[in-house]
Amino acid sequence: MATSMEILVATAEREVYRGEATMLVVPGAAGELGILPRHSPLLSALKPGELRIINGENEEEVFISGGFIEVQPHKVTILADTAERAADMDEAEIVAAQRRAEEAVNSQQAGSDLAMAEAELAMMTARLKLLRKRRK
Amino acid sequence: MASAKEIRNQIKATQNTAKITKAMEMVAASKMRKAQSAVTESRSYAEGIHTIVGNLMQAHPEYKHAFLVKRDEVKRVGYLVISTDKGLCGGLNTNTLKKAISSMRSVDDKTEVEMINIGRRASQFMRRFGTKIAGSVEEIKDQPELVEILGVVNLAMEKFLSGHYDEVRLVYSKFVNTMTQTPTELCLLPCAEPEQEHTGYWDYLYEPDSKVVLDGLMRRYVESIVYHAVLENKACEQSARMVAMKSATDNAKDIVADLQITYNKARQAAITQELAEICAGAAAA
Repeated sequence: MATSMEILVATAEREVYRGEATMLVVPGAAGELGILPRHSPLLSALKPGELRIINGENEEEVFISGGFIEVQPHKVTILADTAERAADMDEAEIVAAQRRAEEAVNSQQAGSDLAMAEAELAMMTARLKLLRKRRK
Repeated sequence: MASAKEIRNQIKATQNTAKITKAMEMVAASKMRKAQSAVTESRSYAEGIHTIVGNLMQAHPEYKHAFLVKRDEVKRVGYLVISTDKGLCGGLNTNTLKKAISSMRSVDDKTEVEMINIGRRASQFMRRFGTKIAGSVEEIKDQPELVEILGVVNLAMEKFLSGHYDEVRLVYSKFVNTMTQTPTELCLLPCAEPEQEHTGYWDYLYEPDSKVVLDGLMRRYVESIVYHAVLENKACEQSARMVAMKSATDNAKDIVADLQITYNKARQAAITQELAEICAGAAAA
């Protein structure tokens, strides 16, 4: 019996992660999803947030800004819009980006720009949360 | 015959040109390697989304997304043409544009044609050619990012969905190898259904629901096709430039060799003449 599944995290630009995992936690559009091997086929949109890839003792965290997940019993494909591994993130840069996003939200009145800025802000906040948690 | 000094200047100038083309060749070679690896790296996303869309089509034969429906009457066609921003890359853009033009001519007279350009060369050419340009994006980076082309791809998709276009065609250079680039044309919208072998009926669980997921996926599928084409075009550009610059360097070297012979002859002739004059002078004295 297989106790692990194949994981592929890719963005349009590059492959971010490829490997085995015993469990996967993803930020689904309708709430956080925990996926174990032999899950039935699932297709879901993803929200910005952290992706946790657990393989026995090891745990890898990847930040994604939204995308899609396809689950097959022994293979999971995550097509992320943008993704970066937690180890590569830079806190100062994220804080600066978050501030910029906040300013954009405050200075806008309404319309699609506001929605964009809010999405950006949500993304930056999620990134920061992941990074701070990791530091602890 | 030109004087020895003039020829010497010419040799110098040609040698300088050869140095520049040699440098450009080496720069293009290194950029080509990067561009090729970018094509390889983007492949897993493209293949992933291709498989998923294929699975979806198989699970939902009755539901047809708007991107897949072929229209009976084609009144207006949008051409998405990918070219380079800079020149000096041999016949690459000429071939791509020729392909686009011949394809535009092949549609019947009643059908209108509009252009969406990626890359400056196509815009310049089409402006002269007089085709209506609906949108364009220029200054694509050497390492293209998806966001750079999202604008024009979305424009094409919106115009297709709103019924402004009944078809969107993509023209770009396909990267075969360093020496060969093939101008390629494909039908982007309505897109061809990815082929998939039948493995019995099954369906996904959807979250939040199948329509939302399918809609988002189809858009990303189209985006990924275009993005991949941009990457390939970039690899083509760099390899075509490398080859063009290599032949330019070789030509410059040939010219220098020819000039060198002419120079030697001129120099020898001058010496001979001088000697003859001295001899004649001595004989007269």
